Amino acid sequence: MRIIVALTIWILPQLVLAQDWEDRRLFENEGAERTLRIISSTDTSLFAPIVEDFLSKNPEVSVEYLVNGTADIDQIFRADPDKYDLLISSAMDLQLKTANDGLALRLSDVAHPPWAQWRQSLFAFTSEPAAIVVNKAAFADHPLPRSRQELIESLRARPNVFKGHIGTYDIRQSGLGYLFATQDARASETFWRLMEVMGALDVRLYCCSGDMIDDLSDGTIAVAYNVLGSYASVRVESEDQIEIILPSDFPTTMMRTALVSKDAPQPEIAVEFVQHLIRLQSDHSNDVFLLPSLRAQESDVERATIALEPALMTFLDKLKRRRFIGEWENAVIQK
Amino acid sequence: MSANMATSGSLRNRLVLILVGGAAILAYLLFFAIRNYATQVAQQGQDSILSASITSILDAAAIQGDVVEVDLPYAAFSMLSTAFDDQIFYAIYQDDAFLSGYETLAIAGVAARETVFNTVDYQGTQVRVVTASRTLIGKDKRTQIRVALAQTQDALAGTLRQISRNAAIFGASFFLLATLLSFWATSSTIGQLNRLTNSVTRRGPQDLSPFHKPVPSEMLPLVTSLNSLMARLDHTLKQSEDFIAEAAHRVRTPLATVRSYAEATLQRVDKEENRQAMRSMVRAIDESSRAAGQLLDHAMITFRADHLEQQDVDLSALIHDLVERLKPIAEMKDLTLRLHSDAQVPYKGDAILLQNAVRNLLDNALKYSPSESVVDIHVTCTPNVEIRVCDSGKGFPKGELDTLAMRFKRGMNAEGTIGSGLGLTIAMDVAVAHNGTLRLSNQAEGGACASLLL
Ligand SMILES: Nc1ncnc2c1ncn2[C@@H]1O[C@H](COP(=O)(O)OP(=O)(O)OP(=O)(O)O)[C@@H](O)[C@H]1O
Ligand SMILES: [Mg+2]
Repeated sequence: MRIIVALTIWILPQLVLAQDWEDRRLFENEGAERTLRIISSTDTSLFAPIVEDFLSKNPEVSVEYLVNGTADIDQIFRADPDKYDLLISSAMDLQLKTANDGLALRLSDVAHPPWAQWRQSLFAFTSEPAAIVVNKAAFADHPLPRSRQELIESLRARPNVFKGHIGTYDIRQSGLGYLFATQDARASETFWRLMEVMGALDVRLYCCSGDMIDDLSDGTIAVAYNVLGSYASVRVESEDQIEIILPSDFPTTMMRTALVSKDAPQPEIAVEFVQHLIRLQSDHSNDVFLLPSLRAQESDVERATIALEPALMTFLDKLKRRRFIGEWENAVIQK
Repeated sequence: MSANMATSGSLRNRLVLILVGGAAILAYLLFFAIRNYATQVAQQGQDSILSASITSILDAAAIQGDVVEVDLPYAAFSMLSTAFDDQIFYAIYQDDAFLSGYETLAIAGVAARETVFNTVDYQGTQVRVVTASRTLIGKDKRTQIRVALAQTQDALAGTLRQISRNAAIFGASFFLLATLLSFWATSSTIGQLNRLTNSVTRRGPQDLSPFHKPVPSEMLPLVTSLNSLMARLDHTLKQSEDFIAEAAHRVRTPLATVRSYAEATLQRVDKEENRQAMRSMVRAIDESSRAAGQLLDHAMITFRADHLEQQDVDLSALIHDLVERLKPIAEMKDLTLRLHSDAQVPYKGDAILLQNAVRNLLDNALKYSPSESVVDIHVTCTPNVEIRVCDSGKGFPKGELDTLAMRFKRGMNAEGTIGSGLGLTIAMDVAVAHNGTLRLSNQAEGGACASLLL
């Protein structure tokens, strides 16, 4: 027995270390015996207050917070669903498929409106629109584009300014980028024209929102398309050289979702954490929940929010994805 | 009468049991019929959506160059959204090679243009699987695309639960309504019987006329036989009444004739031996005559008691008349009859019977008390109506008080007196017919007391 324990103690960190994480932080409560393992695509900076608030209310628990890109965490989680308690991601399609595949625990005692949850196993707790974020300097003497169509026109009008200075997700790497792209394509043909224009202007492709916004704020790029407004707004408060534009033609809004692994080592704590999340998002008076809560979306145009339904799995189909990525590559990578 | 008659169950209970039982069975069948039908309809609903979805998927299959492309339409899965968030699984095969979807989802062999539905277990839950295929014709080859599409049945189960609940409510209310109806039907049917029973019970004792009120046709045979039974009864009664009158007449008259002859003969016979014989004969004739009279009285009383006539009688007047009529006989024995009566003693009863009873009591008092004594007759109406005849003779023989009122029973002291032993019997029968009693007692200062307590 002791040998097994020793082995586990020795092997576990090896396994964890073997995994590359974008960020990894242990929030510790002194003397806590149990550790909740959250695997997430949300920046630690945005999520840390939520975790700390949870810890203050549950002194017997510690939380290990592991961050990677949406596509990566999906793969990591699917490989070892018994190692993680909670999966939090902005890629609704991947999350829904995980739940559909029966990897999520059904939580019967979490009350949540039907549109914000699926099968009592996938729970949405934010609604965040995809935005066009521009560096104001690049539009000093020019009107800011308010829609995709206007963006196309702005880019076409000054190709020499924008060539090599625009960015968007690499949908082959980013799950969220793929979700936004497929939903955009579903909504309008404008998306493809925009991709072609951006492709012609040597668009830079990013794996994640964070990098893209960093490049935007230091002036490497002037326009970022389909960035998470929530991430950008954190920076807008500090630096006013960028402008977040929600396209007026059809804003695509995503809901960040959480699910508890069906093989979670600490299912009770995980359920409590989900309840904690849902409570926080509906309580507007706290300064802990930095993400846009679900409530905001209710008053907005509802269509704009991507629905939590099995149809999300359509673009995850191997053939469909191959075809979509093929078309996207044709448009964007014009070599 | 009805209390000690054996019953063979209750008609009402039987009716209610049959009707309610029938309703229960019907409600039960109704519940299952509705539920089965709903199950079929709900399953058909799911099947038709699955079928539409799989058709749209197959339609999206195309050969481009050498490669099969399936451009899954968003609507294919979108239309499968349910309120219960059912899971969806699918698999796409080209000929026998797996192309996309869930590889573990088994695919049934389907011929072209055929859609097959199955309910199977997948990943531990029950799913409905539809399988269909389509043949694509490329430049130089034919290939078959087969698709299996599965959906869990949570929404179906939910719908069924709700329908079952509704069907149960429906069945239960049907049962309730049918039960109420059957109670109503039963009581209105039995009510007809009760009405007939009431009208039979309410009739007067002499009323043997047929029933004329309309009755339901099913009860007509019963009422008809009842009517004919009463007609026959009426006839028989009239006959026996006539017979009694006839018999009294036939027995008494010749006995009287015989007696007068015997008396006459006695006058003419001188020989002591023969005179003795004649006296015995007269005595025997007297006995027979008395017995016949009492027997006929008794028979008459039995008959009248069965059909008691309730008339308003003033007992005081009735007994006064009787006493007046008996006074001559009493005087012959030097007896004084003293009547103590309330001014009026109204009573409802049969005057002839009452008179007969009191006459027998007076008769006894005259017969069994010594000459030159007094007989007191009390008629009172408080607290209860009572007629008491007390004499000052030797009283009823001790030890026989309880048995004297029996038929043909005479006391030890009756030797030598003419009598049949029916007098007290008649008095008691009359008392009983009027819901009263006859009480015999001896007075402390001597003398018998017989009371009719009415
Ligand atoms: N007032 C009485 N005093 C003494 N004994 C009586 C008196 N009344 C009746 N008894 C006794 O009760 C008996 C029964 O009386 P009951 O009137 O029934 O018969 P009965 O007088 O002998 O015959 P009958 O039928 O002619 O009246 C009598 O035989 C007699 O012994
Ligand atoms: Mg007598």
